Amino acid sequence: MIEWLSHFAGTLGATARDVFPILLIIIIFQLMIIRKPIPHLKKTITGFIFVLVGIACFLEGLERALFPLGELMAQQLTHPDFIAPNTSPSEITWNAYGWVYLFAASIGFATTLAEPSLMAVAIKAESISGGTIHALGLRLAVAIGVAFGITLGSFRIITGTELYLYILAGYCIVMIQTFFAPKLLIGLAYDSGGVTTSSVTVPLVTALGLGLATSIPGRSPLLDGFGLIAFASLFPIMTVLAYAQVSHWLNRRKYSC
Amino acid sequence: MAAFRNRFIIQIFRSFTDLIPMLAVIVIFQFLVIKQPIPDLANLISGTLLIVLGLTLFIQGLEQSLFPIGESMAQSFAQKGSLFWLLCFAFCLGFSTTIAEPALIAIANMAAKIAYTEGLLENSSITVLQYALGLRVTVALSVGLAISLGVLRIIHGWKLHHLIIYGYLAIIIITPFAPKHIIGIAYDTGGVTTSTITVPLVTALGIGLAKAIKGRNPVTDGFGLIAFASLTPITFVMLYGMLL
Repeated sequence: MIEWLSHFAGTLGATARDVFPILLIIIIFQLMIIRKPIPHLKKTITGFIFVLVGIACFLEGLERALFPLGELMAQQLTHPDFIAPNTSPSEITWNAYGWVYLFAASIGFATTLAEPSLMAVAIKAESISGGTIHALGLRLAVAIGVAFGITLGSFRIITGTELYLYILAGYCIVMIQTFFAPKLLIGLAYDSGGVTTSSVTVPLVTALGLGLATSIPGRSPLLDGFGLIAFASLFPIMTVLAYAQVSHWLNRRKYSC
Repeated sequence: MAAFRNRFIIQIFRSFTDLIPMLAVIVIFQFLVIKQPIPDLANLISGTLLIVLGLTLFIQGLEQSLFPIGESMAQSFAQKGSLFWLLCFAFCLGFSTTIAEPALIAIANMAAKIAYTEGLLENSSITVLQYALGLRVTVALSVGLAISLGVLRIIHGWKLHHLIIYGYLAIIIITPFAPKHIIGIAYDTGGVTTSTITVPLVTALGIGLAKAIKGRNPVTDGFGLIAFASLTPITFVMLYGMLL
Protein backbone atom coordinates (compact mmCIF):
# COMPACT_ATOMS: atom_id res chain seq x y z
CA MET A 1 0.00 0.00 0.00
CA ILE A 2 2.76 2.43 0.97
CA GLU A 3 4.74 1.48 -2.10
CA TRP A 4 1.67 2.10 -4.23
CA LEU A 5 1.07 5.51 -2.63
CA SER A 6 4.64 6.62 -3.20
CA HIS A 7 4.39 5.54 -6.84
CA PHE A 8 1.18 7.52 -7.22
CA ALA A 9 2.82 10.52 -5.56
CA GLY A 10 5.59 10.24 -8.15
CA THR A 11 3.08 10.35 -11.01
CA LEU A 12 1.28 13.28 -9.40
CA GLY A 13 4.60 15.11 -9.02
CA ALA A 14 5.51 14.51 -12.66
CA THR A 15 2.11 15.79 -13.81
CA ALA A 16 2.45 18.85 -11.59
CA ARG A 17 5.89 19.52 -13.10
CA ASP A 18 4.38 19.42 -16.60
CA VAL A 19 1.53 21.71 -15.61
CA PHE A 20 3.68 24.19 -13.71
CA PRO A 21 5.01 26.26 -16.67
CA ILE A 22 1.48 26.66 -18.06
CA LEU A 23 0.19 27.76 -14.68
CA LEU A 24 3.07 30.22 -14.33
CA ILE A 25 2.37 31.81 -17.71
CA ILE A 26 -1.34 32.13 -16.98
CA ILE A 27 -0.67 33.78 -13.61
CA ILE A 28 2.01 36.15 -14.95
CA PHE A 29 -0.09 37.32 -17.89
CA GLN A 30 -3.25 37.57 -15.80
CA LEU A 31 -1.60 39.67 -13.08
CA MET A 32 0.92 41.74 -15.07
CA ILE A 33 -0.74 42.31 -18.41
CA ILE A 34 -4.48 41.86 -18.01
CA ARG A 35 -4.37 43.14 -14.41
CA LYS A 36 -7.71 41.75 -13.40
CA PRO A 37 -8.45 39.11 -10.78
CA ILE A 38 -9.33 35.70 -12.21
CA PRO A 39 -13.15 35.36 -12.20
CA HIS A 40 -14.57 32.59 -9.94
CA LEU A 41 -11.15 32.03 -8.41
CA LYS A 42 -12.22 29.30 -6.00
CA LYS A 43 -14.05 27.29 -8.63
CA THR A 44 -11.12 27.63 -11.03
CA ILE A 45 -8.60 26.43 -8.47
CA THR A 46 -10.67 23.38 -7.52
CA GLY A 47 -11.14 22.69 -11.23
CA PHE A 48 -7.40 22.88 -11.79
CA ILE A 49 -6.81 20.44 -8.94
CA PHE A 50 -9.41 18.11 -10.50
CA VAL A 51 -7.52 18.25 -13.81
CA LEU A 52 -4.20 17.57 -12.11
CA VAL A 53 -5.41 14.65 -9.98
CA GLY A 54 -7.50 13.37 -12.90
CA ILE A 55 -4.53 13.18 -15.27
CA ALA A 56 -2.36 11.57 -12.58
CA CYS A 57 -5.01 8.89 -11.86
CA PHE A 58 -5.48 8.34 -15.57
CA LEU A 59 -1.75 7.84 -16.26
CA GLU A 60 -1.33 5.65 -13.18
CA GLY A 61 -4.25 3.48 -14.30
CA LEU A 62 -2.83 3.18 -17.82
CA GLU A 63 0.53 2.13 -16.45
CA ARG A 64 -1.07 -0.55 -14.27
CA ALA A 65 -3.72 -1.95 -16.54
CA LEU A 66 -3.06 -1.29 -20.17
CA PHE A 67 0.51 -0.51 -21.06
CA PRO A 68 2.16 -3.72 -19.78
CA LEU A 69 -0.55 -5.87 -21.34
CA GLY A 70 -0.75 -3.88 -24.59
CA GLU A 71 3.00 -3.88 -25.07
CA LEU A 72 3.21 -7.59 -24.31
CA MET A 73 0.47 -8.29 -26.84
CA ALA A 74 2.16 -6.16 -29.50
CA GLN A 75 5.38 -8.13 -28.96
CA GLN A 76 3.65 -11.50 -29.06
CA LEU A 77 1.57 -10.71 -32.13
CA THR A 78 4.54 -9.48 -34.14
CA HIS A 79 6.84 -12.34 -33.16
CA PRO A 80 7.80 -14.54 -36.17
CA ASP A 81 6.87 -17.68 -34.19
CA PHE A 82 3.32 -16.46 -33.89
CA ILE A 83 2.90 -15.23 -37.47
CA ALA A 84 4.24 -18.26 -39.32
CA PRO A 85 5.74 -20.85 -36.98
CA ASN A 86 7.31 -23.16 -39.58
CA THR A 87 8.84 -20.75 -42.07
CA SER A 88 12.00 -18.75 -41.83
CA PRO A 89 11.41 -15.06 -41.01
CA SER A 90 12.67 -13.81 -44.36
CA GLU A 91 10.06 -15.80 -46.30
CA ILE A 92 7.00 -14.35 -44.60
CA THR A 93 4.99 -12.15 -46.99
CA TRP A 94 2.89 -9.14 -46.05
CA ASN A 95 -0.40 -11.05 -46.20
CA ALA A 96 0.61 -13.38 -43.36
CA TYR A 97 0.16 -10.53 -40.89
CA GLY A 98 -3.64 -10.63 -40.72
CA TRP A 99 -3.84 -10.55 -36.92
CA VAL A 100 -1.38 -7.67 -36.77
CA TYR A 101 -3.55 -5.55 -39.07
CA LEU A 102 -6.65 -6.40 -37.05
CA PHE A 103 -4.87 -5.61 -33.80
CA ALA A 104 -3.53 -2.32 -35.23
CA ALA A 105 -6.99 -1.27 -36.35
CA SER A 106 -8.79 -2.22 -33.15
CA ILE A 107 -6.18 -0.79 -30.79
CA GLY A 108 -6.14 2.47 -32.80
CA PHE A 109 -9.92 2.72 -32.68
CA ALA A 110 -10.27 1.80 -29.01
CA THR A 111 -7.49 3.99 -27.62
CA THR A 112 -8.72 7.01 -29.57
CA LEU A 113 -12.14 6.72 -27.94
CA ALA A 114 -10.43 6.93 -24.54
CA GLU A 115 -8.19 9.89 -25.47
CA PRO A 116 -8.87 12.80 -23.06
CA SER A 117 -7.75 15.65 -25.35
CA LEU A 118 -10.09 14.46 -28.09
CA MET A 119 -12.94 14.39 -25.57
CA ALA A 120 -12.16 18.00 -24.65
CA VAL A 121 -12.28 19.19 -28.27
CA ALA A 122 -15.44 17.18 -29.02
CA ILE A 123 -17.24 18.57 -25.96
CA LYS A 124 -16.29 22.12 -26.94
CA ALA A 125 -17.32 21.59 -30.56
CA GLU A 126 -20.72 20.25 -29.55
CA SER A 127 -21.39 23.10 -27.14
CA ILE A 128 -20.42 25.98 -29.45
CA SER A 129 -22.10 24.55 -32.54
CA GLY A 130 -25.37 24.37 -30.63
CA GLY A 131 -25.54 20.61 -31.08
CA THR A 132 -25.15 20.46 -34.89
CA ILE A 133 -21.83 18.66 -34.34
CA HIS A 134 -22.28 15.54 -32.24
CA ALA A 135 -19.42 14.87 -29.84
CA LEU A 136 -19.73 11.10 -30.19
CA GLY A 137 -20.06 11.24 -33.99
CA LEU A 138 -16.92 13.34 -34.22
CA ARG A 139 -14.99 11.01 -31.92
CA LEU A 140 -16.11 7.95 -33.88
CA ALA A 141 -15.01 9.58 -37.15
CA VAL A 142 -11.60 10.35 -35.65
CA ALA A 143 -11.29 6.84 -34.21
CA ILE A 144 -12.02 5.27 -37.60
CA GLY A 145 -9.37 7.51 -39.13
CA VAL A 146 -6.76 6.48 -36.55
CA ALA A 147 -7.66 2.80 -37.00
CA PHE A 148 -7.18 3.08 -40.75
CA GLY A 149 -4.00 5.11 -40.40
CA ILE A 150 -2.29 2.70 -38.01
CA THR A 151 -3.25 -0.30 -40.13
CA LEU A 152 -1.78 1.32 -43.22
CA GLY A 153 1.27 2.35 -41.20
CA SER A 154 1.83 -1.28 -40.11
CA PHE A 155 1.48 -2.36 -43.73
CA ARG A 156 4.16 0.18 -44.62
CA ILE A 157 6.59 -1.14 -42.01
CA ILE A 158 5.95 -4.72 -43.11
CA THR A 159 6.43 -3.99 -46.81
CA GLY A 160 9.25 -1.51 -46.19
CA THR A 161 7.94 1.16 -48.58
CA GLU A 162 8.83 4.84 -48.27
CA LEU A 163 7.02 6.81 -45.58
CA TYR A 164 6.91 10.14 -47.37
CA LEU A 165 5.10 8.73 -50.43
CA TYR A 166 2.14 7.79 -48.24
CA ILE A 167 2.14 11.07 -46.36
CA LEU A 168 2.41 13.23 -49.47
CA ALA A 169 -0.39 11.25 -51.15
CA GLY A 170 -2.42 11.78 -47.97
CA TYR A 171 -1.82 15.54 -48.13
CA CYS A 172 -3.03 15.64 -51.73
CA ILE A 173 -6.24 13.82 -50.76
CA VAL A 174 -6.80 16.23 -47.85
CA MET A 175 -6.32 19.23 -50.16
CA ILE A 176 -8.84 17.90 -52.67
CA GLN A 177 -11.32 17.12 -49.88
CA THR A 178 -10.89 20.65 -48.50
CA PHE A 179 -12.22 22.18 -51.72
CA PHE A 180 -15.46 20.23 -51.51
CA ALA A 181 -16.06 19.96 -47.77
CA PRO A 182 -18.48 22.34 -46.00
CA LYS A 183 -16.38 25.27 -44.74
CA LEU A 184 -17.92 25.10 -41.25
CA LEU A 185 -15.99 22.04 -40.15
CA ILE A 186 -12.62 22.49 -41.85
CA GLY A 187 -10.87 23.94 -38.79
CA LEU A 188 -12.22 21.21 -36.56
CA ALA A 189 -11.11 18.52 -39.01
CA TYR A 190 -7.55 19.87 -39.18
CA ASP A 191 -7.41 20.14 -35.40
CA SER A 192 -8.57 16.58 -34.88
CA GLY A 193 -5.40 15.38 -36.60
CA GLY A 194 -3.27 16.85 -33.83
CA VAL A 195 -5.30 15.83 -30.81
CA THR A 196 -5.69 12.15 -31.55
CA THR A 197 -2.29 11.09 -30.40
CA SER A 198 -1.38 11.85 -26.85
CA SER A 199 -1.32 9.99 -23.57
CA VAL A 200 -3.05 6.72 -24.50
CA THR A 201 -2.29 6.14 -28.16
CA VAL A 202 1.40 7.07 -28.44
CA PRO A 203 2.91 4.48 -26.05
CA LEU A 204 0.85 1.56 -27.40
CA VAL A 205 1.35 2.49 -31.03
CA THR A 206 5.09 2.98 -30.50
CA ALA A 207 5.26 -0.50 -28.95
CA LEU A 208 3.52 -1.95 -31.99
CA GLY A 209 5.84 -0.17 -34.44
CA LEU A 210 8.92 -1.18 -32.50
CA GLY A 211 7.74 -4.79 -32.27
CA LEU A 212 7.15 -4.95 -36.02
CA ALA A 213 10.43 -3.31 -36.93
CA THR A 214 12.39 -5.62 -34.61
CA SER A 215 10.85 -8.90 -35.76
CA ILE A 216 10.99 -8.30 -39.52
CA PRO A 217 14.42 -8.91 -41.03
CA GLY A 218 15.97 -5.93 -42.78
CA ARG A 219 14.04 -3.31 -40.78
CA SER A 220 15.82 -1.11 -38.31
CA PRO A 221 13.73 -0.42 -35.20
CA LEU A 222 15.22 3.05 -35.04
CA LEU A 223 14.45 4.05 -38.62
CA ASP A 224 11.29 2.11 -39.44
CA GLY A 225 9.62 2.18 -36.03
CA PHE A 226 8.83 5.82 -36.64
CA GLY A 227 6.02 7.06 -38.79
CA LEU A 228 3.01 5.34 -37.19
CA ILE A 229 2.11 8.50 -35.27
CA ALA A 230 2.31 10.50 -38.48
CA PHE A 231 -0.24 8.15 -40.03
CA ALA A 232 -2.44 8.38 -36.94
CA SER A 233 -2.52 12.17 -37.16
CA LEU A 234 -3.10 12.42 -40.92
CA PHE A 235 -5.97 10.02 -41.54
CA PRO A 236 -8.42 11.46 -38.97
CA ILE A 237 -8.37 14.70 -41.02
CA MET A 238 -9.72 12.73 -43.98
CA THR A 239 -12.38 10.87 -42.02
CA VAL A 240 -13.59 14.02 -40.23
CA LEU A 241 -13.81 15.88 -43.56
CA ALA A 242 -15.73 12.92 -44.96
CA TYR A 243 -17.98 12.92 -41.89
CA ALA A 244 -18.65 16.65 -42.41
CA GLN A 245 -19.42 16.03 -46.07
CA VAL A 246 -21.82 13.18 -45.36
CA SER A 247 -23.69 14.95 -42.57
CA HIS A 248 -23.95 18.02 -44.82
CA TRP A 249 -25.57 15.93 -47.59
CA LEU A 250 -27.91 14.24 -45.14
CA ASN A 251 -29.00 17.60 -43.72
CA ARG A 252 -29.63 19.05 -47.17
CA ARG A 253 -31.67 16.03 -48.09
CA LYS A 254 -33.73 16.40 -44.91
CA TYR A 255 -34.49 20.06 -45.59
CA SER A 256 -35.23 19.69 -49.31
CA CYS A 257 -37.85 16.99 -48.71
CA MET B 1 -24.82 19.64 -4.29
CA ALA B 2 -27.30 16.97 -5.35
CA ALA B 3 -27.10 18.16 -8.97
CA PHE B 4 -23.31 18.05 -8.78
CA ARG B 5 -23.40 14.52 -7.41
CA ASN B 6 -25.79 13.40 -10.14
CA ARG B 7 -23.58 14.85 -12.86
CA PHE B 8 -20.58 13.18 -11.29
CA ILE B 9 -22.28 9.77 -11.35
CA ILE B 10 -23.37 10.22 -14.98
CA GLN B 11 -19.83 11.22 -15.91
CA ILE B 12 -18.36 8.15 -14.18
CA PHE B 13 -20.75 6.00 -16.17
CA ARG B 14 -19.75 7.76 -19.42
CA SER B 15 -16.04 7.38 -18.72
CA PHE B 16 -16.61 3.70 -18.19
CA THR B 17 -18.41 3.30 -21.53
CA ASP B 18 -15.50 5.13 -23.21
CA LEU B 19 -13.17 2.45 -21.89
CA ILE B 20 -15.24 -0.58 -22.87
CA PRO B 21 -13.84 -0.83 -26.43
CA MET B 22 -10.26 -0.85 -25.14
CA LEU B 23 -10.98 -3.53 -22.53
CA ALA B 24 -12.83 -5.57 -25.15
CA VAL B 25 -9.88 -5.45 -27.56
CA ILE B 26 -7.47 -6.60 -24.86
CA VAL B 27 -9.66 -9.39 -23.53
CA ILE B 28 -10.65 -10.69 -26.98
CA PHE B 29 -7.10 -10.72 -28.34
CA GLN B 30 -5.71 -12.23 -25.17
CA PHE B 31 -8.17 -15.14 -25.08
CA LEU B 32 -8.93 -15.83 -28.73
CA VAL B 33 -5.72 -14.97 -30.57
CA ILE B 34 -2.83 -15.29 -28.16
CA LYS B 35 -4.79 -17.88 -26.13
CA GLN B 36 -3.33 -17.06 -22.78
CA PRO B 37 -4.94 -16.02 -19.50
CA ILE B 38 -4.58 -12.40 -18.43
CA PRO B 39 -1.34 -12.27 -16.42
CA ASP B 40 -2.31 -9.84 -13.70
CA LEU B 41 -6.05 -9.50 -13.23
CA ALA B 42 -5.87 -7.48 -10.00
CA ASN B 43 -3.79 -4.77 -11.64
CA LEU B 44 -6.08 -4.72 -14.68
CA ILE B 45 -9.16 -4.12 -12.52
CA SER B 46 -7.62 -1.57 -10.18
CA GLY B 47 -6.00 0.20 -13.13
CA THR B 48 -9.31 0.40 -14.98
CA LEU B 49 -10.99 1.92 -11.92
CA LEU B 50 -8.20 4.51 -11.71
CA ILE B 51 -8.61 5.38 -15.39
CA VAL B 52 -12.37 5.84 -14.97
CA LEU B 53 -11.86 8.05 -11.93
CA GLY B 54 -9.13 10.03 -13.69
CA LEU B 55 -11.20 10.67 -16.83
CA THR B 56 -14.17 11.76 -14.73
CA LEU B 57 -12.13 14.22 -12.68
CA PHE B 58 -10.40 15.52 -15.82
CA ILE B 59 -13.67 16.27 -17.66
CA GLN B 60 -15.14 17.86 -14.52
CA GLY B 61 -12.06 20.04 -14.00
CA LEU B 62 -11.93 20.97 -17.68
CA GLU B 63 -15.35 22.60 -17.61
CA GLN B 64 -14.57 24.33 -14.33
CA SER B 65 -11.09 25.67 -15.01
CA LEU B 66 -9.24 25.23 -18.33
CA PHE B 67 -12.13 26.17 -20.64
CA PRO B 68 -13.26 29.27 -18.69
CA ILE B 69 -9.67 30.46 -18.13
CA GLY B 70 -8.78 30.18 -21.79
CA GLU B 71 -11.91 31.99 -22.92
CA SER B 72 -11.79 34.75 -20.30
CA MET B 73 -8.12 35.49 -21.05
CA ALA B 74 -8.87 35.65 -24.78
CA GLN B 75 -11.69 38.10 -24.10
CA SER B 76 -9.58 40.28 -21.81
CA PHE B 77 -6.82 40.49 -24.41
CA ALA B 78 -9.36 41.38 -27.11
CA GLN B 79 -10.85 44.14 -24.93
CA LYS B 80 -7.44 45.49 -24.07
CA GLY B 81 -6.59 45.54 -27.76
CA SER B 82 -2.92 44.81 -27.22
CA LEU B 83 -1.90 42.59 -30.10
CA PHE B 84 1.73 42.42 -28.97
CA TRP B 85 0.95 40.92 -25.57
CA LEU B 86 -1.60 38.54 -27.03
CA LEU B 87 0.98 37.19 -29.49
CA CYS B 88 3.51 36.99 -26.66
CA PHE B 89 1.07 34.99 -24.58
CA ALA B 90 0.32 32.65 -27.48
CA PHE B 91 4.02 32.12 -28.13
CA CYS B 92 4.86 31.46 -24.46
CA LEU B 93 1.97 29.04 -24.13
CA GLY B 94 3.09 27.05 -27.16
CA PHE B 95 6.79 27.12 -26.32
CA SER B 96 6.58 26.27 -22.62
CA THR B 97 4.12 23.41 -22.97
CA THR B 98 6.12 21.80 -25.76
CA ILE B 99 9.66 22.01 -24.40
CA ALA B 100 8.77 19.80 -21.41
CA GLU B 101 6.43 17.40 -23.24
CA PRO B 102 7.46 13.84 -22.19
CA ALA B 103 6.58 12.26 -25.57
CA LEU B 104 8.74 14.83 -27.36
CA ILE B 105 11.68 14.23 -25.00
CA ALA B 106 11.45 10.50 -25.76
CA ILE B 107 11.38 11.07 -29.52
CA ALA B 108 14.21 13.63 -29.45
CA ASN B 109 16.45 11.24 -27.52
CA MET B 110 15.72 8.45 -29.95
CA ALA B 111 16.39 10.74 -32.90
CA ALA B 112 19.75 11.73 -31.43
CA LYS B 113 20.58 8.04 -31.10
CA ILE B 114 19.78 7.48 -34.77
CA ALA B 115 21.89 10.43 -35.85
CA TYR B 116 24.72 8.99 -33.76
CA THR B 117 24.50 5.48 -35.23
CA GLU B 118 24.31 6.92 -38.74
CA GLY B 119 27.63 8.58 -38.02
CA LEU B 120 26.30 12.11 -38.37
CA LEU B 121 27.50 13.22 -34.97
CA GLU B 122 30.92 13.47 -33.43
CA ASN B 123 31.87 10.58 -31.19
CA SER B 124 31.05 12.14 -27.83
CA SER B 125 28.04 12.09 -25.54
CA ILE B 126 27.81 15.87 -25.30
CA THR B 127 26.92 16.31 -28.95
CA VAL B 128 24.20 13.67 -28.66
CA LEU B 129 22.65 15.58 -25.78
CA GLN B 130 23.03 18.84 -27.66
CA TYR B 131 21.39 17.35 -30.72
CA ALA B 132 18.40 16.14 -28.67
CA LEU B 133 18.06 19.48 -26.91
CA GLY B 134 18.39 21.36 -30.19
CA LEU B 135 15.61 19.27 -31.64
CA ARG B 136 13.34 19.99 -28.68
CA VAL B 137 14.01 23.72 -28.85
CA THR B 138 13.32 23.65 -32.60
CA VAL B 139 9.97 21.94 -32.09
CA ALA B 140 9.03 24.21 -29.17
CA LEU B 141 9.89 27.33 -31.20
CA SER B 142 7.82 26.10 -34.11
CA VAL B 143 4.82 25.37 -31.88
CA GLY B 144 5.09 28.83 -30.27
CA LEU B 145 5.21 30.43 -33.72
CA ALA B 146 2.33 28.26 -34.91
CA ILE B 147 0.02 29.32 -32.11
CA SER B 148 0.94 32.99 -32.56
CA LEU B 149 0.30 32.67 -36.30
CA GLY B 150 -3.03 30.97 -35.58
CA VAL B 151 -4.03 33.83 -33.27
CA LEU B 152 -3.05 36.35 -35.94
CA ARG B 153 -5.19 34.44 -38.41
CA ILE B 154 -8.27 34.63 -36.16
CA ILE B 155 -7.75 38.38 -35.67
CA HIS B 156 -7.32 39.16 -39.36
CA GLY B 157 -9.86 36.59 -40.53
CA TRP B 158 -7.49 34.85 -42.95
CA LYS B 159 -8.81 31.68 -44.52
CA LEU B 160 -7.59 28.66 -42.59
CA HIS B 161 -7.42 26.26 -45.51
CA HIS B 162 -5.24 28.62 -47.57
CA LEU B 163 -2.62 28.70 -44.82
CA ILE B 164 -2.82 24.94 -44.27
CA ILE B 165 -2.35 24.27 -47.97
CA TYR B 166 0.74 26.54 -48.03
CA GLY B 167 1.99 24.54 -45.05
CA TYR B 168 1.46 21.26 -46.89
CA LEU B 169 3.19 22.64 -49.98
CA ALA B 170 6.18 23.69 -47.87
CA ILE B 171 6.44 20.15 -46.47
CA ILE B 172 6.10 18.59 -49.93
CA ILE B 173 8.84 20.83 -51.34
CA ILE B 174 11.27 20.37 -48.45
CA THR B 175 10.88 16.58 -48.01
CA PRO B 176 13.01 15.52 -51.05
CA PHE B 177 15.89 17.69 -49.82
CA ALA B 178 15.79 16.56 -46.18
CA PRO B 179 18.18 13.83 -44.97
CA LYS B 180 16.42 10.49 -44.94
CA HIS B 181 16.79 9.66 -41.26
CA ILE B 182 15.04 12.85 -40.14
CA ILE B 183 11.87 12.48 -42.26
CA GLY B 184 10.12 9.89 -40.09
CA ILE B 185 10.99 11.79 -36.92
CA ALA B 186 9.85 15.08 -38.41
CA TYR B 187 6.46 13.67 -39.41
CA ASP B 188 6.01 12.11 -35.97
CA THR B 189 6.84 15.27 -34.02
CA GLY B 190 3.80 16.87 -35.63
CA GLY B 191 1.61 14.42 -33.76
CA VAL B 192 3.18 14.43 -30.32
CA THR B 193 3.43 18.14 -29.64
CA THR B 194 0.00 18.80 -28.19
CA SER B 195 -0.57 17.50 -24.67
CA THR B 196 -3.68 16.85 -22.64
CA ILE B 197 -3.58 20.21 -20.89
CA THR B 198 -2.48 22.32 -23.86
CA VAL B 199 -5.29 21.15 -26.14
CA PRO B 200 -8.26 22.36 -24.04
CA LEU B 201 -6.50 25.61 -23.15
CA VAL B 202 -5.51 26.44 -26.73
CA THR B 203 -8.93 25.43 -28.06
CA ALA B 204 -10.63 27.68 -25.52
CA LEU B 205 -8.24 30.52 -26.41
CA GLY B 206 -9.13 30.28 -30.10
CA ILE B 207 -12.85 30.06 -29.49
CA GLY B 208 -12.74 32.89 -26.95
CA LEU B 209 -10.98 35.14 -29.49
CA ALA B 210 -13.41 34.24 -32.26
CA LYS B 211 -16.31 35.05 -29.92
CA ALA B 212 -14.81 38.37 -28.81
CA ILE B 213 -13.97 39.71 -32.28
CA LYS B 214 -16.87 40.98 -34.35
CA GLY B 215 -17.57 39.15 -37.60
CA ARG B 216 -15.88 35.89 -36.57
CA ASN B 217 -17.76 32.66 -36.20
CA PRO B 218 -16.54 30.55 -33.26
CA VAL B 219 -17.04 27.28 -35.16
CA THR B 220 -15.31 28.23 -38.43
CA ASP B 221 -12.68 30.61 -37.04
CA GLY B 222 -12.14 29.36 -33.49
CA PHE B 223 -10.62 26.02 -34.40
CA GLY B 224 -7.37 25.59 -36.28
CA LEU B 225 -4.75 26.59 -33.70
CA ILE B 226 -3.80 22.98 -33.00
CA ALA B 227 -3.69 22.25 -36.74
CA PHE B 228 -0.87 24.81 -37.14
CA ALA B 229 0.89 23.41 -34.10
CA SER B 230 1.02 19.98 -35.66
CA LEU B 231 2.11 21.24 -39.08
CA THR B 232 4.97 23.70 -38.48
CA PRO B 233 7.15 21.29 -36.42
CA ILE B 234 7.40 19.01 -39.48
CA THR B 235 8.92 21.76 -41.62
CA PHE B 236 11.15 23.06 -38.84
CA VAL B 237 12.53 19.64 -37.89
CA MET B 238 13.36 18.85 -41.53
CA LEU B 239 15.18 22.20 -41.81
CA TYR B 240 17.02 21.36 -38.58
CA GLY B 241 18.11 18.07 -40.11
CA MET B 242 19.31 19.82 -43.26
CA LEU B 243 21.30 22.48 -41.44
CA LEU B 244 23.16 20.03 -39.20
